[in-house]
Amino acid sequence: MTDETGGRREAPSTSPILELRKVSKSFGAVQVLYDVDFHVAPGEVMALVGDNGAGKSTLIKCIAGIHPIDGGEVVFERDKVNIHGPKDAADLGIEVVYQDLALADNLDVVQNMYLGREEVSSLLRLDETAMEKRASETLKGLSVTTIKSVRQTVAGLSGGQRQSVAVAKAVMWNSRVVILDEPTAALGVAQTRQVLELVKRLGEQGLAVILISHNLHDVFEVADTITVLRLGQNVAEFKRTETNQQKVVEAITAGTLSEVPGRSSEVMA
Amino acid sequence: MSTAAPPADVKPSAAPTETLSDYARRWWSNVRGGELGSLPIVVGLIIIAIVFQLQNSHFLTAGNFVNLIVQTAPYAVIAMGVTFALLLGEIDLSIGFVSGVGGVLTAILLTPDGNVLPIWVVLIIVLGAGLAIGTLHGLIITKVGVPSFVVTLAGLLAWNGAVLLLIGSKGTVILQNDFIIGLANNFVPGGTAWILALVCVALYAAVLLVRQRSRRGAGLEVDPPLIVALRVVSLAAALAIIVYVATQDRGVPYAGLVVAGLYVGWTFVLNRTKFGRHIYAVGGNAEAARRAGINVDNVRIACFAIVSVMAVLGGLILASRLRSVDTNTGGGQALLYPIAAAVIGGTSLFGGRGTMKAALLGAVVMLGIDNGLGLLGLSSGTKFVLTGGVLLLAVTVDSISRRGRAASGRA
Repeated sequence: MTDETGGRREAPSTSPILELRKVSKSFGAVQVLYDVDFHVAPGEVMALVGDNGAGKSTLIKCIAGIHPIDGGEVVFERDKVNIHGPKDAADLGIEVVYQDLALADNLDVVQNMYLGREEVSSLLRLDETAMEKRASETLKGLSVTTIKSVRQTVAGLSGGQRQSVAVAKAVMWNSRVVILDEPTAALGVAQTRQVLELVKRLGEQGLAVILISHNLHDVFEVADTITVLRLGQNVAEFKRTETNQQKVVEAITAGTLSEVPGRSSEVMA
Repeated sequence: MSTAAPPADVKPSAAPTETLSDYARRWWSNVRGGELGSLPIVVGLIIIAIVFQLQNSHFLTAGNFVNLIVQTAPYAVIAMGVTFALLLGEIDLSIGFVSGVGGVLTAILLTPDGNVLPIWVVLIIVLGAGLAIGTLHGLIITKVGVPSFVVTLAGLLAWNGAVLLLIGSKGTVILQNDFIIGLANNFVPGGTAWILALVCVALYAAVLLVRQRSRRGAGLEVDPPLIVALRVVSLAAALAIIVYVATQDRGVPYAGLVVAGLYVGWTFVLNRTKFGRHIYAVGGNAEAARRAGINVDNVRIACFAIVSVMAVLGGLILASRLRSVDTNTGGGQALLYPIAAAVIGGTSLFGGRGTMKAALLGAVVMLGIDNGLGLLGLSSGTKFVLTGGVLLLAVTVDSISRRGRAASGRA
């Protein structure tokens, strides 16, 4: 029973594509992340759970290159890497789908998927045919069938469809690791189902998926492994098949913390 | 290809051709969903034509038609320009007096005093001045962060002052250059006009056919051939009517050609280039554009530069029509008609929605009303009240259609 409140697990059989070793981050005097270890393998859906203020957002922003890390190392495909900006992350094949999706409502699906990376044929002319073709293929490859026309504006799409477009946009660019920030937070039941199916499919296609969610029901539906963050430390890692919601909730609310210099008052007895 | 790309054996479905009834149904569902397109404005134009023709039988004559083209041209050019600011969700209130600066500068540089510059040098100087003015506005708006409303309101005052300073004590400067005067007062010979119209239709048909073929080659959905044919035929009909009616009188003014050229050029830029795509993206969701790696500031600056250059061009045509410039140049309708034209055409003041076609058709509506009310011999007071009413009506139609969009989830 290694995963009883905070037992660490060994890495899954496949070797991880992205690994964080003892990563720390503080904003001024506030230590937000403390010695966080964390790894995700190709084809694995890894759920990152934790209460508000646990450091989930900070952690993904560190991976995405928005915040530099203070200590520890990021290992990508066995090589230590330095991610200094969103562009570095994108070059490695790490794409983040933020909660607000960053879609332009007045543009259509193809235009959104290619935004900022439009293909140009001759004489500065956009190559609409090529872009539309590849966008449709990407959506089809992800089995997104609910979007009838890729030439309709995003404003006319439902929440789940918009999420699908944002995810398709992220995986279209040779991405290896896709980070989804609360993809189901604003969705209804049917839409949530749609998005969870999509998340599963990303894993089946060999991408490493990091799913951030508050909803343990969703997490148990799609995740292979579950990493629990609490007050900036990872307090537990579970395999979905070997745990249950109650154990995860216990870890989220009362997982054993290690001693943090200067924050002794919060260490659990 | 990404690791998530479909396996190679996933064939795109065989090129589907939308049937005509599908197309009609989609169009109608768009209209009901609030995507009215040019429908209200075309209906509006027909109503205007009928009403004024009933009041005064001179409205629908060849002579008045040519007058209308000449009167519309400057405002249409400025309206197309200001659309670039509106697309960003910004506004440019300085367009009137920037157009005035363009007109006055041209007239002064071309005053015969022994060392008249060649016309092309003058054009470069004047358009360069427009570019500099617009870039200055754009830099203050983006780099300093002053709202465009305030920057261009200051511009409205400052460039009005510049017009007065340039004119100085002269009061009125008569234009004395045949090229500039010819813009609004010379007419394309009938034969040439017909050939140009024919070339336009042929090019349009060629563009549509090439696109159709490349889409079919890529296995993408193509429009029904009948719709493609209908588009070409309607353009041909529109151009034929314009050229035919105009040649009954003096002919198509050169200013009309300038408008047509700018319309085609800017439509290409907006719809078919990266820059145009980025303008719409910044207007629709600036944060998304920034995260997509678009240099939002540069797009903004370029748009304000385009607004001012187009305003200067409009000012040239306006000066050409009046054959002189004076201390009032750039005042009056040169500011509000173009903005009203763009809005009547369906350009949103909140950014992200608008086309060159909207600006052009809107300008025709504005100047059609102006022209018709003039024929009726109404006082300026009545003219302004009625024009204001039409503007309000157009924006009301847009608001109601936006409610339709919201109801169908397209807001």
